Amino acid sequence: MIPAEFDYVAPESLDAALAALREGGEDAKVLAGGHSLVPLMKLRLAAPTLLVDLRRVPGLTGIQRANGTVRIGAMTRHHAVATAPELGLAAKAAATIADQQVRNRGTIGGTIAHGDPASDLPAVLLALEGSVMVRGEREREIAATDLFQDYLTTAIADGEIVTEVRLPAGDGWGAGYAKFNRRVEDWAMVAVCASVRRAADGSCADVRVGLTNMSGVPLRANAVEQALRGGGLDAQAIAAAAGLAAEGTDPPEDLNASSDYKRHLARVLCRRALEEAAAAA
Amino acid sequence: MTDANGLHVGRRMRRKEDPPLLQGKGNYVEDITVPGVLWAAFVRSPEAHARIASIDASAARERPGVEAVFTGAELDLEAPLPLAWVPPGVEVNAPAHWPLAKEAVKHVGDPVAVVIGTDRYAVVDAAEDVIVEYDPLPAVVDPEAALDGGDLVHDDLGTNKVHEWSLGGDVESALASSDVVIERRFVNHRTAGAPIECRGVIADYRAGELTVWSATQVPHFLKLFLALQLGMTEDRVRVIAPDVGGGFGSKLQVYGEEILLAWVSRKLGRPVKWIETRSENMATAHHGRDQVAYVKMGANRDGTFTALHVKIIADFGAYMMLLTPLIPSLGAFVMAGCYRWQAVRTDITGVMTNKMATDAIRGAGRPEATHYIEVMVEQMAAELGIDRLELRRRNFIPPEDFPAETPVGIVYDSGDYPGSLAKLLERFDPEAERGRTADGKLRGVGFSTWTEICGLAPSRVTGPSGLGVQAGLMESALVRVHSTGSITVYTGTSPHGQGLETSFAQIVADRLACDPQQIDVLHGDTSQGPWGLDTYGSRSLAVGGEAIARATAKVADKVRAIVAHKLEAAADDIEVREGKFSVKGSPDKGMTLAEVAGLAYIPEDNLPAGMEPGLEETSFYDPENFVFPFGAHAAVVEIDPETGKVDLVRYLAVDDCGPAINPSLIEGQIHGGIVHAVGQALFEQVAYDEDGQLATGSFVSYALPSAAELPMFETDRTETPSPVNSLGVKGVGEAGTIAASAAVTNAVIDALRPEGIAFMNMPLTPMRVWEALQEKRGAPA
Repeated sequence: MIPAEFDYVAPESLDAALAALREGGEDAKVLAGGHSLVPLMKLRLAAPTLLVDLRRVPGLTGIQRANGTVRIGAMTRHHAVATAPELGLAAKAAATIADQQVRNRGTIGGTIAHGDPASDLPAVLLALEGSVMVRGEREREIAATDLFQDYLTTAIADGEIVTEVRLPAGDGWGAGYAKFNRRVEDWAMVAVCASVRRAADGSCADVRVGLTNMSGVPLRANAVEQALRGGGLDAQAIAAAAGLAAEGTDPPEDLNASSDYKRHLARVLCRRALEEAAAAA
Repeated sequence: MTDANGLHVGRRMRRKEDPPLLQGKGNYVEDITVPGVLWAAFVRSPEAHARIASIDASAARERPGVEAVFTGAELDLEAPLPLAWVPPGVEVNAPAHWPLAKEAVKHVGDPVAVVIGTDRYAVVDAAEDVIVEYDPLPAVVDPEAALDGGDLVHDDLGTNKVHEWSLGGDVESALASSDVVIERRFVNHRTAGAPIECRGVIADYRAGELTVWSATQVPHFLKLFLALQLGMTEDRVRVIAPDVGGGFGSKLQVYGEEILLAWVSRKLGRPVKWIETRSENMATAHHGRDQVAYVKMGANRDGTFTALHVKIIADFGAYMMLLTPLIPSLGAFVMAGCYRWQAVRTDITGVMTNKMATDAIRGAGRPEATHYIEVMVEQMAAELGIDRLELRRRNFIPPEDFPAETPVGIVYDSGDYPGSLAKLLERFDPEAERGRTADGKLRGVGFSTWTEICGLAPSRVTGPSGLGVQAGLMESALVRVHSTGSITVYTGTSPHGQGLETSFAQIVADRLACDPQQIDVLHGDTSQGPWGLDTYGSRSLAVGGEAIARATAKVADKVRAIVAHKLEAAADDIEVREGKFSVKGSPDKGMTLAEVAGLAYIPEDNLPAGMEPGLEETSFYDPENFVFPFGAHAAVVEIDPETGKVDLVRYLAVDDCGPAINPSLIEGQIHGGIVHAVGQALFEQVAYDEDGQLATGSFVSYALPSAAELPMFETDRTETPSPVNSLGVKGVGEAGTIAASAAVTNAVIDALRPEGIAFMNMPLTPMRVWEALQEKRGAPA
């Protein structure tokens, strides 16, 4: 690969990384695994002048649970997320990311900050109403609903670094993830993540459905959720609700999928994800 | 096979070439350093078709590390890039093609300038600073529309038509008298070679001599054309193909980059190196396939085939490269398939478009031909209501008919088509694999009973006065036994991943009573060994291996004569036995090759009267005929009717390439070949949009399947020797690719037939299958 010229630092503290990022100006980029950024640099679609590699910054890895919230360090590799079954939906989705080599390098903070609507974890974060902690001048929490603003554009400001991804603990929820691609290592053509909690009578107490690659940003399937919430979770109810999965979506066409085909896939995958989630709930 | 003891031939042996490759000790062009080397980077057209209004390289020239920038205007080559197919009596419209575009660009990726500098990064940076102004012209993209007039790819030619070429006689009367005639329109879409190693070149001109290292399949061809293009004599040109990481036909080419780097090196007096990026490779290494075919097939109600008429419109892209217009003709030679016909005819029309040129990609014309034949056979079976395997059996050329001349005038050397099909059916029950699964998937089975023409040679057929290839397609070998008994074999073939160093060593070892590990097989350096004709068209074993067998036989004859002389026996009584040349009936009386070699190089009075010293022999081999491997393949697919996704769940293949030299290498070639064709059928497509922009510029969008997308292949063999060569062997490198796309396509159609879908073209992508299902369901797609 012959990228444009860039400088590289690997600071050993978060403060040093923030300082390097600040000094690097608007063309400095955080390197947090690099499996999205580096391919863009290879094609010279991205030409950062400075890469601030977070791999030596302490305290950015690991999965901890406290007070009903799971905190995942931003530099936690996809493989670690995928192999933590207590993460439920996030683990299921992370297990489908690309291939093992990518899962060994790519990080949850990196993929969230990159904000690619075809990536697996952004829609999970959105559906589960999670958030990210970022550090810049100060520390702040950004809710997933505010995070994804446009294609590859998030609310994370220049000079800010994601330190942690927060998800509600999934106790009592069943998870389902249905992803469609042509080859296992491909990005999702469409994916649907679903999380379902049953009431004591078996009906749907609550439900969350997220859509991947159905727009320039990850989406929440509000119509599906509304149709199910408080009602039954039988096959018929799920199928009827899943039929609403493409409402309000604006899927980009590509070589292998028209918008109509993607909308169709969203409905099919939504049903499958909900069935899986309902069975596990 | 008379003098082979079979100790090594026919047995599995691990590839001799693998240990260094697996340990990262391979020697690819990128690994080679030449003192003082400069780097090259290309400025390539982002336009599909445009006039070059201006090129401003001043900023690039001023960048640190930049030594020179050249554009097409400065090139002073002796001739444009070569088209090596000049068929007698056929007019071929070939545009002038230069390593750098001179006035206009004709496809995305067409090079317009080259930046030369001291650092690889610096030249790529500088290439971005070369400002080219383009006046866009309409892009010609659709090959059929291109024939109807309108916009031209090359104004000066006045037409987009390249040529017309036909093989076979009158089919009309046979079709007219057939009970049933069916017609289908096929689109056999464009694919890429996609080798793991992209292209790479180092050119070093010094003191009147040129050395070029290139990741090529054809160092000998390249040497010849470098000499012609640069106005040099061949003795001053040396081409080395070091370790080459695959080609799949895409390196059977004389590329402008290779010629240009040599020209630049001579101009600057410095060695120059270029390593291609994957993005460049997807856009500018030649593509393959890309045909539209109108196929008519006739049969009688009893199932007898009558005639096949294939009209091919071949999209050649913007330029005629080394063999571009020849490729569809290779399919015409086997358009009869495995069957008896009254008449078979292929009519080819070549057409130019604003896309990268097509040329040979694994199978080169024959995968397309087999696809048409084998899909049509299953279409006809459905039309006639006759079981598709029974229909095949009724029409197979029977084993006793070989050698068998087909209606297109080609003589198939040997075959047992019912035999390979019968063996295939021992492995599985097709009926048990069909129908709807418990979870609602649609399952189907498809077959392909195939043959092909390979072992490219003989020169009397392929050469200038025959087919029109401007080269004598024969092969050479030099077998040199050193004074201590180790052996160097020089082959004119140029293996680039096939494992021929191993199989060639096995052939020699058996004939000279030695260990294959003592045998070094050298290739790919035109300064070593005799003139060769390189590796493509599944020719290396059937032509190159036979040349080695013949040279080895000459060495063995001399060894026998020496042994007979020393042991006072008759030469005819000397046999290879347990690592020795022994006297028949007296196994303890014998000599090792090392002992004989010692005598050959220190002759004193040890050699028979009149015998020259030394122990090496050369053979040039021009075969009598091509060879025609064959086999029977079956694919089982499962389709998700909701998403349209096709899963290949089983793949079975019984192939016959004659007696095996190394069964493991055959399996490797068959497996890879099948994947290549499954890729075309289900995954891969080089796509250009309506403006001629390349939509598949990387491995993200060009979907090569991986092991995860494929089942375990179930392979087996039959062995029907070829009478053409002493080894009895046929080629195998392209077999799987030639066979498999039809089997997969037939399986998909078989699965979809209950849904009312009777025919589909590749690529059978999820959306295309889903759209076909939607149409039948009467729902909008």
